[in-house]
Amino acid sequence: MATDLIPLGDPSLRQKVRLELVVNEERRDLVIDGYKSLLELLREELQLTGTKHGCELGECGACAVLLDGQLVLSCLVAAVECDGRSVQTVEGMQNGPTLHPLQSCFADAGAAQCGYCTPGFLLAAKELLERKPDATRAEIAEALSGQLCRCTGYLQIFEAVEAAAAQLRGGR
Amino acid sequence: MSEHRVIGKPLRRVDGRAKVTGQTRFADDLSLPGMLHMKLLRSTLPHARILAVDASRALALPGVKLVLTGADFPIPFGILPVSQDEHALCTDRVRFVGDPVAAVIAVDELTAYEATALIDVRYEPLATIADSEEALATPEPRLHDYGDDGNVHKRIAFDFGDVDGAMAKSERVFEDLAFFSGNTHLPIEQHATLAYVDGDGKLVVASSTQTPHYLHRALAKVLQLRAAHIRVIATPNGGGFGGKSDPFNHEIVAARAALVTGRPVKIALTREEVFYCHRGRHPVLMKVRTGVRKTERGFEIVGQELETLLDGGAYGSYGVASTFYTGALQTVTYRIPHYRFRGCRTFTNKPPCGPKRGHGTPQPRFLLEVHIDKICTALGIDPAAWRIDNAVPPDSLTANWLRVSSTGLVRCIEAVVKASGWNERRGQLRGDGGVARGLGLACSSYLCGAGLPIYWNELPHSGVQLQLDRSGRVTAFSGATEIGQGSDNVLVAIVAEVLGIDPLDVRCVTGDTDLTPVDLGSYSSRVTLMMGNAAIEAAERARLLLAGAVAEKLNVPASRLVFADRRVFDSEAPENGVEFAVAVQLAEAKHGTLGTTGSYRPPKSPGDYKGAGVGPSPAYSYSAAVVEVEVDPATGWLRVPKIWVAHDIGRAINPVLARGQVEGSVYMGLGEALMEEQAYRRLPPKLSGAHVHKFPSLLEYKSPGTLDMPDVETILIEEPDPNGPFGAKEVGQGPLLPIMPAVANAVFDAVGVRIDEVPITPEKIAKALASTSRRYGPTRFPTIAWPEPLVVPTPADGGDGKATNERPRKRELARGAVIAPPVEGKQP
Amino acid sequence: MMRLPRFQYFAPRTLKDAAGLLSHWGPEASLVAGGTDLWPNMKRRQFTPTRVIGLRGVPELHAITGSPSTGMTVGAMISLTALERHDGVAAMWPALAHAARLISTPPLRNMGTLGGNLCLDTRCNYWNQTLEWRKSIDFCLKKAGSICWVATSSPRCWAVSSSDTAPVLCAIGAEVTLLSTEGERRIPVTQLFRDDGIEYLNKRSNEILTAVHLPPNGGEWRASYRKLRRRGSFDFPVLGVAAAARLDRGVVVEARIVLTGVGSRPHEATEAAEALVGKRLDDPAAVATAVERAARLAKPLDNTDFALGWRKEMSRHHVAAAIADLAAAG
Ligand SMILES: Cc1cc2nc3c(=O)[nH]c(=O)nc-3n(C[C@H](O)[C@H](O)[C@H](O)COP(=O)(O)OP(=O)(O)OC[C@H]3O[C@@H](n4cnc5c(N)ncnc54)[C@H](O)[C@@H]3O)c2cc1C
Ligand code: SF4
Ligand code: FES
Ligand code: FES
Repeated sequence: MATDLIPLGDPSLRQKVRLELVVNEERRDLVIDGYKSLLELLREELQLTGTKHGCELGECGACAVLLDGQLVLSCLVAAVECDGRSVQTVEGMQNGPTLHPLQSCFADAGAAQCGYCTPGFLLAAKELLERKPDATRAEIAEALSGQLCRCTGYLQIFEAVEAAAAQLRGGR
Repeated sequence: MSEHRVIGKPLRRVDGRAKVTGQTRFADDLSLPGMLHMKLLRSTLPHARILAVDASRALALPGVKLVLTGADFPIPFGILPVSQDEHALCTDRVRFVGDPVAAVIAVDELTAYEATALIDVRYEPLATIADSEEALATPEPRLHDYGDDGNVHKRIAFDFGDVDGAMAKSERVFEDLAFFSGNTHLPIEQHATLAYVDGDGKLVVASSTQTPHYLHRALAKVLQLRAAHIRVIATPNGGGFGGKSDPFNHEIVAARAALVTGRPVKIALTREEVFYCHRGRHPVLMKVRTGVRKTERGFEIVGQELETLLDGGAYGSYGVASTFYTGALQTVTYRIPHYRFRGCRTFTNKPPCGPKRGHGTPQPRFLLEVHIDKICTALGIDPAAWRIDNAVPPDSLTANWLRVSSTGLVRCIEAVVKASGWNERRGQLRGDGGVARGLGLACSSYLCGAGLPIYWNELPHSGVQLQLDRSGRVTAFSGATEIGQGSDNVLVAIVAEVLGIDPLDVRCVTGDTDLTPVDLGSYSSRVTLMMGNAAIEAAERARLLLAGAVAEKLNVPASRLVFADRRVFDSEAPENGVEFAVAVQLAEAKHGTLGTTGSYRPPKSPGDYKGAGVGPSPAYSYSAAVVEVEVDPATGWLRVPKIWVAHDIGRAINPVLARGQVEGSVYMGLGEALMEEQAYRRLPPKLSGAHVHKFPSLLEYKSPGTLDMPDVETILIEEPDPNGPFGAKEVGQGPLLPIMPAVANAVFDAVGVRIDEVPITPEKIAKALASTSRRYGPTRFPTIAWPEPLVVPTPADGGDGKATNERPRKRELARGAVIAPPVEGKQP
Repeated sequence: MMRLPRFQYFAPRTLKDAAGLLSHWGPEASLVAGGTDLWPNMKRRQFTPTRVIGLRGVPELHAITGSPSTGMTVGAMISLTALERHDGVAAMWPALAHAARLISTPPLRNMGTLGGNLCLDTRCNYWNQTLEWRKSIDFCLKKAGSICWVATSSPRCWAVSSSDTAPVLCAIGAEVTLLSTEGERRIPVTQLFRDDGIEYLNKRSNEILTAVHLPPNGGEWRASYRKLRRRGSFDFPVLGVAAAARLDRGVVVEARIVLTGVGSRPHEATEAAEALVGKRLDDPAAVATAVERAARLAKPLDNTDFALGWRKEMSRHHVAAAIADLAAAG
């Protein structure tokens, strides 16, 4: 193996970094390995394993979270760049014991089969509905076009988002 | 039906809430204190002898705890008893780029990865085989020293009835060739395994597997441990589709690493490694000849000959079964009175192929459905009407001795014909702006569980245990694994229905070899039917116990008691009854602690020739689809705006989940039809010996996204089957099968060219449009030295299910020998 | 899980500090903007910079200023989403907003920046692979190997320019500012690129791309962009065609056609565009000549998705479509 392509020796590369960020409305103060992505931070440092991964290269959408309210792929966000920022994951969607309308509609409409892509879809849909509460089917498909699902064929996901949008508009 | 309170109702699935809150724990979500991480070093050569592995530099890296190599795994394994050809780490030979050679176990994953680069492996390269035709032409070097000969893994030949005679009597013979490229499952969850030694010193392996039972067997065999001291937990799978049905190298290596280090060891594969695990759809080259005779309304098939050539990749996997499946199920769709089948599987230097959704059946289904379309076109017959006229009737036996009990095929065809406006719109569609539009139809059928288990024995294929608690809570234990298809929901729904309680009152414990009775696994669409029947049996036994106790208490005959709404009451005086929890207490007082079991074994199949084991099923599901396409004749660009699909599910246990399975199948079928391909490339041999997966990534393996999915109209046809639980049949695989041929037939309707190769890409359409043959596809099928066929007279010929020329078979395998015998003195 | 190699991260707060860090660390360092190109490449060990300098904390890079009459300046760190949704940009150069909208996926567009899109590494089927995969082909000319596998006798790397905004910016005559410790310079976007898969930018390694300058457009210019890819999202352009024309009473006064995905830089089809000058955009003969000439430039190699011959054929189709879009834009 071409070892020269992997830097191993330099101790400055092994220094830990310290960060403070807000995750699901809780402040966190962490000291972590500098190479970690936000995905690794959430799953490995905070045990928030609701955020999934299917490629770690930006190609599937399973790791999507909201960073300062924007949908991002946590596998392509360096944790060091999250200092002072605020993250929302699937674990932060429900209100106490009450599911977010998107969550209950996904559960009821068959939008989660294996459920592996579901957290990413939920957050992408949440960002959309906050921006466009009355999104059309075409806008939903477009907003979710960074998320891959191998199980559902997407149609029940679209229906779940539409049902949740109707509930949210109805003020429920 | 209205008397049911759970079955047939669109209730939220039992695992729905956990999946939307992030609480479902997939394998890689598990972690334990002191856990180590593992990485595999994989071969970078497609075929080579391993001369030496030197791990000293890796072991010297701080943080590295252990390195394992092939020397640690002398005992081979494999899913089928006849193909025990894999080693957890390669011992003396690598057979494809990605074959694992060594494993590093370290304090964190990055360190383990960095250390893999410090392992020095010396190889002696060997000649490589790129595809099945090359395998036929290149007997040496052999990839394996078993198999039929050279690099032929398996060759099979059958004649059902007097096929030559039938062909000779036919009025016309039609011949076609097609090629189905390989593709892969691509579950979004990458395989992961956590292995550890429990407090009692026994091994626990939690893994993203569809088949914990077979992993259990493989672990016992390779690690030489007492099977009773190994616990396999199938974590919920983040998609499987057949790709997690084999025991895998990484599972076994992680287990050994945990045993050696005494610490929990986790491995989570990368996407690239998932492509190397593969076990996906075999690339199959196929040839069919069909003899037909004119009838009043069209024509009928008098005989059919099918030849298939499978590119198996580097290992056996399910390949022998896959080979049989490329022929076995082709007879249960349309009437074929005489049938000849020849199948051949080869070894090549690529990741092994295996079972993907539809296992072995979609490839020939593609050929045959396009073939029927061509014959209908040639004879001027409506292909929908022909299919209706020639559908296999219910309660019949096929030429190869498969028993079809129920079939809703005709209703499926009628439903999609009506919904799509087939009669009015086919051949009539006009697109805008120079784009051509067309409609295509195709059908299929699929099994609901294999009639025979992988290891032949007399044991149940599925078991369910119920434990009833005084609180009114019932726990259902089953070895079935939840891979997203909703098997937990089927289990809970059936138990709740039979006992008249709410699904929320039922807890299910599934896929855990220490806690649950064996279910063979989530493959071959077997779970709803087999586990469902076992669940009914267990629940009905529980009902009997409760009814007896309640009958005494209420002083009414047990036969008059009804279980519903969490109560047990007198059907003639509904107010006279007890709460379900009270019923449990009464029964517990009478009988002591309550528990029941149920099990299921499929009925014996009528065929009794060697090979008759592949194909029989307690029931067959049926599907029909109409696909609408738009093709730009200037470029070949192909778009699918709409699909109508009807599926005969027998009975939908939950219509929302059933629809999800249909649409998911359509989605996956469409991906296969249009873009998915597990492609490889060989570099110019003069410059390099490289032979690699073309692009093992989610970006370049094209899986359709939200903007690529057409509108789908799903119609569930409920033609209850006497063998199905509440009449239910499978829905997870069948509806995928008609999509690829329906797309091809629609492209023909739109622009008049035949694409006899999957995937159907714009490039191929453009080539066909520019060619004089108006076709894109294979033009020859190689000559294969087929063995002497087994000759099996058909039921109509007065056969008895046996072959006329078969040597006496020894019913050798594994009868009784359920799990590899333990070796003493090697317990952890 | 694919993980980043170890690196040291710097978060400068000013452009001056960023430029200073970049000069100091030299080839050991990489800039990171949105990271949607750099991080995957690092995870695959295509690049293993030991120092990474993050630009997100530099405020000057986050602004869009100007107006359609004066032209607009877009900071390098403006995300593709912000670009696509910016009213002023959309009004002035709708084709640019359109091209941005066709990039990758919504979350990637939230993360990816305009500066990063222009500096995007060239792509190739033999290159955007893991270290292990590349080892199994014994690497290639772009890095650590001696042969270019798409053209085995070639002395150069043919990796493909794959940015969707670059061809549009070339076609509309945009410019960029490059800054280093030695000073600042402003060059046309067309001059930013070099026809080489390895050294694909005329940007010195110590320079930061700070801003993109969009020329003013009061409606005299029309522009369009056509992209070929297999799926409706995710996929990089296998072919991209940008066209722009300035019209006077329906007659083309000035025109540019730029192709991407077919070479190591966006290719300007100068002769093709000339065929349109003095003609109306719906003049079939002029369009046919332009299509022929532009298609001649497209020499697809086996380094992207889709079959070669067909991609070549599609370049005709897409050039014609891009010109038709211009005509329709009126
Ligand atoms: C799945 C996937 C699909 C994609 N599809 C597309 C697509 O369809 N079309 C497309 O165009 N792109 C696509 N991309 C690539 C990428 O997301 C975009 O090009 C994006 O705009 C890159 O910007 P960035 O800020 O993320 O770049 P970064 O990754 O931060 O940087 C990219 C490169 O530019 C350098 N750089 C960045 N900013 C500057 C600066 N200001 N000055 C000097 N150098 C700088 C970096 O050092 C690095 O070498 C895709 C990426 C992925 C992962
Ligand atoms: S074009 Fe040639 S040298 Fe460049 S990345 Fe591709 S194979 Fe390597
Ligand atoms: S893990 Fe696939 S996009 Fe992040
Ligand atoms: S539900 Fe399984 S991947 Fe979407």
